[in-house]
Amino acid sequence: MYEKDGEKYYIVDGHVAIWDGRESNHRNVHGKQFIDCFYDYHKNLSPEEAVWDYDTYTYYGAERLMKDVFADGYVDHAIFQPAILGDFYKTGFGQTEEAFGLTQQHPDKLTYNHAYDPRNGDAGLVQLRRDAERMNLKGVKLYTAEWHGDSRGYKLDDPWSRRYLEECIKLGITNIHVHKGPTIRPLDRDAFDVADIDKVATDYLDLNFVVEHVGLPRLEDFCWIATQESNVYGGLAVALPFIHTRPRYFAQIIGELLYWIGEDKILFGSDYAIWTPKWLIERFVDFQIPEDMTEYAPITTDQKRKILGLNAAALYDLPVPSEFRLPTAAGDDRAEVAAGAKEAVAS
Amino acid sequence: MTLMATSLEAEVMAALSTVLDPELDEPITGLGFVRSVRIDDAGVTVHLRLPTSFCSPNFAYLMASDTQDALRFVERVGRISVLLDDHHDSDKINAGLAANAGYVGTFGAEAEESLDALRLTFQRKAHTAAMERCVAALLKNTALAVEEIHELRLADLPGGTQKEALLRRRADIGLSIGRDQPVVVDDAGNPIPTDEVPLQLRFAKSVRISMEGNAHFCRGLLKTRYADGEPDEMSTHVTNTRNAS
Repeated sequence: MYEKDGEKYYIVDGHVAIWDGRESNHRNVHGKQFIDCFYDYHKNLSPEEAVWDYDTYTYYGAERLMKDVFADGYVDHAIFQPAILGDFYKTGFGQTEEAFGLTQQHPDKLTYNHAYDPRNGDAGLVQLRRDAERMNLKGVKLYTAEWHGDSRGYKLDDPWSRRYLEECIKLGITNIHVHKGPTIRPLDRDAFDVADIDKVATDYLDLNFVVEHVGLPRLEDFCWIATQESNVYGGLAVALPFIHTRPRYFAQIIGELLYWIGEDKILFGSDYAIWTPKWLIERFVDFQIPEDMTEYAPITTDQKRKILGLNAAALYDLPVPSEFRLPTAAGDDRAEVAAGAKEAVAS
Repeated sequence: MTLMATSLEAEVMAALSTVLDPELDEPITGLGFVRSVRIDDAGVTVHLRLPTSFCSPNFAYLMASDTQDALRFVERVGRISVLLDDHHDSDKINAGLAANAGYVGTFGAEAEESLDALRLTFQRKAHTAAMERCVAALLKNTALAVEEIHELRLADLPGGTQKEALLRRRADIGLSIGRDQPVVVDDAGNPIPTDEVPLQLRFAKSVRISMEGNAHFCRGLLKTRYADGEPDEMSTHVTNTRNAS
């Protein structure tokens, strides 16, 4: 819970992880390259006082997460979104058992989303069924640029991916978090293109597709598909930290998102431990669109409430205490549609 | 350093500045992606660098092979070596460049045909962003009304860098740059119907914001990666040992 100026906010961090990027876990040079890339993200966009040393960053463990996210970070509930990266790390990057174990200890505070790879074929489907039962999965996190033997990525509308999505519907896994990365096959096309999300969102209306990083670096394509599909959401991780280094750019991003996809479809996520939730939440609550940017309406406190927690709470059926709720339900598809969405659909 | 050598150096740098990051629509020289240039009696060696090891390999390859192509236009340059540093596909891309293997030869089974469609996609985005910049400037600085935008012709745009940029982007995607051509057009050059202009411009704006934002991010990451506290590291290191005679 966060409170400022007499306003209370229920906070859901939609994107946290426990990873092991230490050298002892590297399978090859790409393990080092990947964690270094993450560290540069962290160092480049964090305020100085929130920058960690490299060694702590490579592995921080459960206790540190509990402190940063819940004790210091105001978060009421957080959702694990692991990246497995088995081709880069011996025991995987995301630490499945440690993270899942932590959700067992703190079921009121944590939800574990697992990751699957549709290129594992039939065996992977069997595993998904087992995992869904053991972990009581409500969501999964997919990284389409994951390397897998000779393949360095896939599309969500590939035939095997469709079979896995259909299995998710059967298993009651309704929230599909999608993280786009730099590789797919063939390399002829743009790996960050979100058109495949558009296709599966149309075909599987029982599923919610949460596009992590609001489609960055393809914000515009993401906005466009999200206007067409009622079941496409945007996770704010990666976009939100610009609030510190480039607040005017962040104003444009959030202005575009509110215009195109609307306040009910945007979900807060810190991408912990790339960034820590404390400063992100404080800055976001304090944030306002600069006055000279007259093309965007000011952000209201209720919009911030939805983005910081109520939207994700609706997707994950989290019990929100009445003091934090709004008169109209957040995350409701019937809620007022964003201006851009209305125009785009009408045209 | 002799006059001749200096001029070769300038020609090499000028050639490099014609190479664009296709995703960001900015020259690789201005982005800090050219790490070093070494000119010696045998030829020129250029090292490129990118903001992360995991920048898209297809764009990385395009920039590296475009660099090689641009240097081929420099007379008397000699042997050309272009090397991409610190990327997950450095070995693959550098071997492909050294062997003149082309895109398919470099990436093998991961490549289908070519990167032409990828390049065109981003040239179109660059055109869309350039178009929006021109119209937004007119809306801000003149009495132009939204209902009049669809009537705008290229001749109506004031001269300057924004207009030049638009003309260049139009030429890139094969659109006419004639004075009487409409400004607000789709990717194929067709005028946008009057009632759709506001929405299309609104979308064009998000294209521009996205490209500009990605450029901020890439610049910032490159700086964090290579020049932590040492601003000198952001500029291109140039050495020239070529004998003038």
